[in-house]
Amino acid sequence: MSVNKAQPVTIETKTYAQDWVAHIERIRETGDTRAFAELFQHFAPRIKGFLIRSGANETLAEECTQEVMATIWQKSHLFDPTRASVATWVFTIARNRKIDALRKQRRPEPEDLTWGPEAEPDQEDALSLQQECAQLSQAIAALPEKQRKLIEKAYLGELSHSEIAEETGLPLGTIKSRIRLALDRLRHAMK
Amino acid sequence: MNTSMTDIKHHLTDALLMAYSAGTLPEAFNLTIAAHLSMCDDCRARLGAFDTVGGSVLEQCNRAPMDQGSLEATMARIMSAPTQAEDGKPKPGAASDLPAPLVDYVGGSLESVKWRPVGMGVKQAILPTSREATARLLFIPAGAAVPDHGHRGTELTLVLRGAFQDETDHFGPGDIEVANEDLHHTPVADIGADCICLAATDAPLRFRGLIPRIAQPFLRI
Ligand SMILES: [Zn+2]
Repeated sequence: MSVNKAQPVTIETKTYAQDWVAHIERIRETGDTRAFAELFQHFAPRIKGFLIRSGANETLAEECTQEVMATIWQKSHLFDPTRASVATWVFTIARNRKIDALRKQRRPEPEDLTWGPEAEPDQEDALSLQQECAQLSQAIAALPEKQRKLIEKAYLGELSHSEIAEETGLPLGTIKSRIRLALDRLRHAMK
Repeated sequence: MNTSMTDIKHHLTDALLMAYSAGTLPEAFNLTIAAHLSMCDDCRARLGAFDTVGGSVLEQCNRAPMDQGSLEATMARIMSAPTQAEDGKPKPGAASDLPAPLVDYVGGSLESVKWRPVGMGVKQAILPTSREATARLLFIPAGAAVPDHGHRGTELTLVLRGAFQDETDHFGPGDIEVANEDLHHTPVADIGADCICLAATDAPLRFRGLIPRIAQPFLRI
């Protein structure tokens, strides 16, 4: 991405973050196939590109991307907008599929924490978290080229954990605090 | 499994959390990290921040065009999948004395662990993970020591029960010690209770002294 493109990307970031949450809700509540088609159009080529960059061939990447998109539909009730943006959630599903298909390993995940039927995440909390996610994306886009490439390499599996710098220089403090708050509320609701 | 989270003092490093988020660690490390995350909301929130970075990398990724008819094929997958009757099913870990990610690997609770003695009262159980690294449960009787050892790679030690002390600090339930190659340490279990740990190593442990060297073949990597 070149510097003169930064402006339009910023605007796009602001709108999509909130729209995608509504898409997941429509899929979950009414099985809305149009919402799913739009989500597919946006995310599927990115997931496929991500898998190919991570070492999958074209056929495997296509197959895995379809599986990831199907999982998004099937697990839409597990998405929590106070803890993740849709892009973040899609990333975690694609990453797990990648470990399974490319590295032939199980992926141990922490214990599931989900809102029960009687409690729901707070709208305001969800909105602020989504805005934080969009801002973090902008902050990453604004990083010096060299640093941004390093982060990309880490997430595409081109760096080992000992090659990852202990100081990432990423502004993660606010987003961490927001997620921590959401976890406290969820723990409270689970009691 | 309920552990008082406010008592956890030793946490995961940023580099390990980022690598866990990226999905590049060996399974044994992922297991140990997932177990700590189940006990520690601070690290879980930090992981959420690193996952957000991953989401952003995915957004910026070069797109690869999907095949013709790909959306229809995906819809067909969705429609043919059996509907998941997840609700009402008890959550793994809810009835166990182990963190949820460990339940599958152990086959239930601590009761079902098949311990093997490794000498000096210390027992271990190696868990089935990919071969790049090893995950083992360690049982250290109250007041006993694990042989003095160094590491060629990284060792993660998560306390599940009891507590231990080594040259660096004191570690209680939920605490995780991240040891690199330069650390030679002798973890000693607190006198009050037996200590149970989950340890992940990516290279064979190296013991010093005669008796530990004899014990080494048993502490198989
Ligand atoms: Zn922690």
